[in-house]
This record gives sequence, structure tokens and C-alpha cells, in this order.
Amino acid sequence: MATNLLARLNLPGFESESKKVKHYGVVANFDTPEDLLRAVRTARAAGFSKMEAYTPFPIHGIDEALGAPRSPLGKIVICCGLTGLASAILLQWWTGAVDYPLSVAGKPLFALEPSVPIMFELSVLLSAFGTVLGMFHLNRLPTYYHAFFNYSKAEGASNDRFLLAVEVEDPKFNAEEVKTFLDSCGSRHTELVEA
Amino acid sequence: MADLALDPRMELNPPLITSGATYAEVNQQISVITETAPPKQWYWVFFGVALPLLGLLGVCLTYLAFTGIGVWGNNVPVGWGWDITNFVWWIGIGHAGTLISAILFLFRQKWRTSINRAAEAMTLFAVACAAIYPIFHTGRPWRAAYWLLPMPNELLHMWQNFRSPLMWDVFAVSTYATVSALFWFVGLIPDLATLRDRAQHPVRKTIFGILSLGWRGSATQWRHYELAYLILAGLSTPLVLSVHSIVSFDFATSVLPGWHTTIFPPYFVAGAVFSGFAMVITLMTLARYIYGLENLITIKHLENMCKVILATGTIVGFAYATEFFIAWYSANQYERFIFMNRAFGPYGWAYWTMISCNVIAPQFFWFKKLRTSIPVMFVLSIFINIGMWFERFVIIATSLHRDFLPSSWGYFRPTWVDIGTFAGTFGLFLTLFLLFLRFLPAIAISEVKGVLHHQINTHAAPAGKGGAH
Repeated sequence: MATNLLARLNLPGFESESKKVKHYGVVANFDTPEDLLRAVRTARAAGFSKMEAYTPFPIHGIDEALGAPRSPLGKIVICCGLTGLASAILLQWWTGAVDYPLSVAGKPLFALEPSVPIMFELSVLLSAFGTVLGMFHLNRLPTYYHAFFNYSKAEGASNDRFLLAVEVEDPKFNAEEVKTFLDSCGSRHTELVEA
Repeated sequence: MADLALDPRMELNPPLITSGATYAEVNQQISVITETAPPKQWYWVFFGVALPLLGLLGVCLTYLAFTGIGVWGNNVPVGWGWDITNFVWWIGIGHAGTLISAILFLFRQKWRTSINRAAEAMTLFAVACAAIYPIFHTGRPWRAAYWLLPMPNELLHMWQNFRSPLMWDVFAVSTYATVSALFWFVGLIPDLATLRDRAQHPVRKTIFGILSLGWRGSATQWRHYELAYLILAGLSTPLVLSVHSIVSFDFATSVLPGWHTTIFPPYFVAGAVFSGFAMVITLMTLARYIYGLENLITIKHLENMCKVILATGTIVGFAYATEFFIAWYSANQYERFIFMNRAFGPYGWAYWTMISCNVIAPQFFWFKKLRTSIPVMFVLSIFINIGMWFERFVIIATSLHRDFLPSSWGYFRPTWVDIGTFAGTFGLFLTLFLLFLRFLPAIAISEVKGVLHHQINTHAAPAGKGGAH
């Protein structure tokens, strides 16, 4: 890990290492989601752990097959929603009862009941921003360069192909072995992809 | 594939996609619309109808901005005229889009996938049309933000009155517009990536590359994405119900007979969904005809929407009856007068137009033959939209034009600017919708593929692809 980071800094002493061709991993190409799922399960059973699937639509059961944890997005959204709620109360109370008290028909300057609609709306508004920006953050969007795009058939992942990448970080990674293994799982086009 | 083309009526759960049943074919069919010149009917609608009306909108709004809102027919006693009628009508139209994208998603109604993208676009454009009215009714649209939004400023040295339902409305509608736009864009990301991957021209590749944010469709990304989509649907569901409820508070919290009723929130929401679905049918029958999408937007989809129209239309009819009953039962003479005047007074013609279009017209959808006929549903959907416009007009004009003092009674007549602005918003709406159909995937590609996957696994195993498991 440490050498990796140093290599990325392009320091003079590490020139030889940084000039070496780096790889993203081996990418396999399947016809159906079922083939992909079977390959993921076989690969997990064979001990591979750093894998990523690329598909044109979400495949149910793939997260369990890949052993991926639950998305923490819900927690982000709750925090944003509560912030929205609090800011709606503060906004209505401070503007109406503190900074610019205006008596209308003898009604109280601030009360909870007439504040409910805006409390609701701001909670929803901030939750929605939290959802979208939180999702962007978790997915690292926008990311305009990713090594996966170096795969010669990467565009299939948004059309009708189901791809599986075994990444170089995998402790069991060995390009030739992984290639043979993925071919045996039924891959139509297996390729070692540069980073 | 032959068994996918079975007569839909032969099966309990007919397939939602009737041909083009491979992922690549779906991909091709939807993407190619955005990549090639549009069919000639498109130019017809665009240059013949949409652009001239858009020009008219520009003329009317410019004239209004330079002259003042006296160019509208609003005056004492009818201080709220076509501006708020059109505002409420357009906002209501938008509700079907959110209902389809959010509520039907939570209910796992797979038939929504073919229509949700276009319906959400319709929501956004309808809200844009609606927003014109509150902004321009201030007379000084360049200063509207100071009056509508709580912005600290040196201009007024004051704050809005948050106890007023008009402020709730500002927050409801702007939140609705923002959340709908976010929801729509999030839904578009995977499809924008599809267009990026298909693009040949470097400019096109760059534009869709930027718009798709570098989406890769990795399992990790889908995991967060699906949860985000679910949460947005969960947020939009109460939001859409709140928007028309709050719009109805503009009326219901006043002390005016005819407006001051507790039935308004649910009745407005049902009416909004009713009119919105009618507009979806109007647009979808046109879009599938222009672009030949009959295999993706099937009769089954349209029939389901007709059923929603029948249900919500009947709720609206029931609400009209309830209002009359309560007016009689309350024994309040002002309330009774308003309702008698509504049906049999000078605006009786508008009231009975509303009843015919909203209560009688949808009843034809009880018959399967009629709700599966494209010409019938197209004509009825237009009647329903006319009826729902009249509903808002009747509620607003009849409650205002004869107030407590007979000497101040009057009759509202729109000016040419009123009519031109309303017609013009159609131009804006159609222009935006046609541009959307032309440049963005009008059907959610990735979602249709998901439905297709489900369909392949339940209806037929794909030949020679090892799909059996």
C-alpha cells in the first residue's frame, strides 16, 4: 500500500516502478445476468474477494453474491431531513417572532400548527438533496476517468452485456490464472485491462 | 420469442413489452430516437403548434411586464382570475408524473416503467408553466424572488408572513419542482451513460459523457443508486400529496363561502391525479404514434391509466356531491347561496361543462372496449382536461363574483392577454416536451431492461442463452 502511494507521487527514486504498466484487473463478459451471478458465486467460492460487476440494470442477488455491505445512504438522509426540519422551525420563529414581529389578526407570532407545512417541505427538500448528493458521494460521481473504461468492450455494460472484473488488488490475483478461470465460467471475451 | 407476442388478453399477467424482446433491441429502439432526425409529424407539431404558441407567450408576458397586471381581467370582485386557475391546473397536471414515478414504484407496479420517464418530464414542464403565474402576477417578475422567498435584502427590510398559506404554497411548489427535477435526473443517469456509450460524434460523446457523470453501472454504484431511488420515491409520495393539499389551503383557510371547506385537500389531490393522468394519455398516445413505441407503451399501460382516471374521476364526482350536501346540511345561508349560484347562476354553463367532462366522461371507461380504444381515450382525456380547468375556474370565479354585498357583484371576463398567456403556456409545455422526446431517452431504458429480465424469466427462457436456472 505504502509503495503504491509513493509510486503515484512520481518521486525520482520510484521511477522504474511508476513506468511499469499498471493493470486494473481482468474483465470477463457474460451473456445473461444468470451467467454473471453464477460466475460471481464460483469466483467467491474460489477465494476471490476484490471483484466488481458491471451491468446495464441492477441485478438482484448480486450484492449478496459479491458480499457487499448495505448502503449507508439512509443515515445521511435522516441527518439532512432533521436539519431541514430544524431550519424550518428556526426560520419561521426567528423571522416571524424575533426579527420582524407582525401581528396579524391577533394570532400568536409563532405557533407550531401553521409552521407544519413549511417544516414538512424543508425536511423533504433537504432529505432529497441529501439523497442525491449522498448517492453521488458514495458512488464518487462525477468521476470522468476510471480504469474500467479501458476495457475494449466497456460500452456493453450499458447495453446488453454483463461484465465481471477481478481487480489487481485481489490477494489471489494472477492475470493468467484469473483469465483461465473466468473463461471456464463461460466468459465470451476475457481481457487484462490496463489502469 | 413467439410466445411473447401472445394475445395479452389470453394471460392473467400479460407481458408488458410485446416485441423487441432482447436487451439490445430495447436499447436500440429507445436510443435511436435521440440519434436520428425526428419523423415528419414531429416538425408539424413543433413548428405548426408549439413554436407559434411559445411566441405568443413571449408577447403576452412582455406586454404584461411593461404595462402591469391590469392587462389581465382580474378586478373587484374577482381578484383571482385565470392566473390562479391556470396555476392550479398546471400544478395538478404534474401530479400524475410523480404518482407514476414514486407511488407506483413503491407499490411495485412494473407497468410504470414504460411511462415514468415521460410522465416525470411532463411534471417538470407543467410545473414550469405553473410557475409563470405566481412570478408574473407580482407585476415585477424581476423582483418576485424578494417577495416570494425569505431572502435577506435591503429592498424591503421585512420578512414574509409564514402564517399565510400563500407562503406555504411557495415552499410546497418550489420543493416539488426541485425534488421532481432531482428524481428525474437521477433516473436519467444510467440512460445518459447508455447514450454516451453509443455516441459516435465526439461532441455528442462529450455532452453525454459530462451529463452521465461517468456512470459505470458497477454493482457498487447500482447498490447506492437503487437505495437513493427508493428513498426519493418515498420522499416524493408524501410530497406530491402535500403539494395539492397546500394549494387547496390557499382557498380553504380563507373565510369565503365555497372555499372554506375541509374537503378541499383530498378533493384537490384526487382531481390533480385525475387531470394529470388524462394529460399523460394525451401525450403518450401522441408520442407512441409519432415514434412507433407501440410495443413498449402497450394498450395494457394505457388501459391501466384509464382505470386510474375512472377511479379518481369518480372520487372527484363524489366530492362535488359532498360539497352540495354539506352546503345544504350546514344550514348556512351564504354557503347555500354560493352553491345554488354555482350551478344555476351566471356561471352555470361553466359548472355543467365541468360536471359533464369530469363526472360523466370518465364513466365510459367502465367498458373494456372503450378503455382499450386509442381514439376514445384520446378524446376523453382532452375532455377531462377541459373539465378540470373548468373545475378550478368554477371554484375561483363563482365564489368571488357574488360576495356579501350585492352592489359589488360582477362577472369575470378574460382579456386577450389572459387567453394568450394560457394558450402560450401550451406552447412552452409542448416545446419542452417535444425537445425532451427528441434529445433524451423518453423511456427509462435500464428500467425496461429490468422488467424484460423479469419477463424473460417468468414467461419464456431465452433460446440458446442458458437462461434456465
